[in-house]
Amino acid sequence: MSDSTYQPNAKKAEPLSSLERQYILLTQNGLPIIAKPYHWLSERLNISVEQVLNLTNSMQQRGIIRRIAAVPNHYKLGYHFNGMTVWDIEDSQAEKLGQIIGKLPFVSHCYLRPRKLPSWNYNLFAMVHGKSNQEITQYRSQIKTLLSEVLVNRKQQNAQPFKNCDMLTSTQILKKTGLRLKNKNVANDVTATTQEKNHV
Amino acid sequence: MQLSLLQQQLINDHQQGFPLCSAPFSELAQQYKVDECEVLAAINSLQTLDVLSRLGPVFDHKKAGASTLVAMAVAEDKLDHIADLVNQFEQVNHNYAREHDYNLWFVVTDKDMVALNKTLKAIEEKTALTLLILPMEASYHIDLSFKIDFNDNPQEQHQLKHKEALR
Repeated sequence: MSDSTYQPNAKKAEPLSSLERQYILLTQNGLPIIAKPYHWLSERLNISVEQVLNLTNSMQQRGIIRRIAAVPNHYKLGYHFNGMTVWDIEDSQAEKLGQIIGKLPFVSHCYLRPRKLPSWNYNLFAMVHGKSNQEITQYRSQIKTLLSEVLVNRKQQNAQPFKNCDMLTSTQILKKTGLRLKNKNVANDVTATTQEKNHV
Repeated sequence: MQLSLLQQQLINDHQQGFPLCSAPFSELAQQYKVDECEVLAAINSLQTLDVLSRLGPVFDHKKAGASTLVAMAVAEDKLDHIADLVNQFEQVNHNYAREHDYNLWFVVTDKDMVALNKTLKAIEEKTALTLLILPMEASYHIDLSFKIDFNDNPQEQHQLKHKEALR
């Protein structure tokens, strides 16, 4: 069977209303930096400011909006090194340790993903960021210490052992955009800011 | 890059939250005991410097559709070409080259599962390569926020070192 169909065990995304789609289109590249940004939005959505604030609240409550926040460009701030650390850990411990690793101050994302044996045996992913290669290598060893008890020693079919951890550093950003929703109904289509082919 | 104290605070204090009210910058101005126009100017210049990517709602890809991480093992001399093919898909929103047999890593987001699977098939056909599909099963911290250290910024030095490493 082809690898390219997957059945998610997660719940289905709830359909967005057309107002919500427009809201996302208008704000996915950020709010305008003006004294009353939600007024700006209310004019474009044709609803009152009150309604904009309520809609925002409701989308936040339903998890469609994670948060309203300042999103820094870490690269510009000197964080030129990121490492995707990957770990083959015991499934029964994954939940507990995922939470511990996710809380480390230098970890930006921590995910559990399926193994695809024999090509891919890692189930825990933690992204680390730093200003030098040395720094992220040190973060990797801190995570390794925390996971030392639960790393799996797995054998390949030819009896060679699988590695149970690795760190994939990035050599190039080839594309980076925010969430991109296209809406046929909205004329002033907002295109996401794209960083293409930045060396890192 | 020299950032003012106000700019540093604006970046570090608001990665997790920003006021939701009719005049949010006025609220920040009160918090930092400055004028609203100073806050607006500070944020505008952060955006001009590209230190701040954006300020606003951060959406959950999963709630707004379906998405997955995908990896590909590409021959080194074909990497640029394959990356270009992959990037042509507007559903691809992050694409990184990484040091590994699986050397191309990207996120594909589409409006629902059916559309996502169709796109994945199309990418496979276009590139004639097998995809390693690694959807998220659980997430423990996906805020992409961590405290920025403004004290030590050896930017140029590392840029140089890394460029050498890439040769």
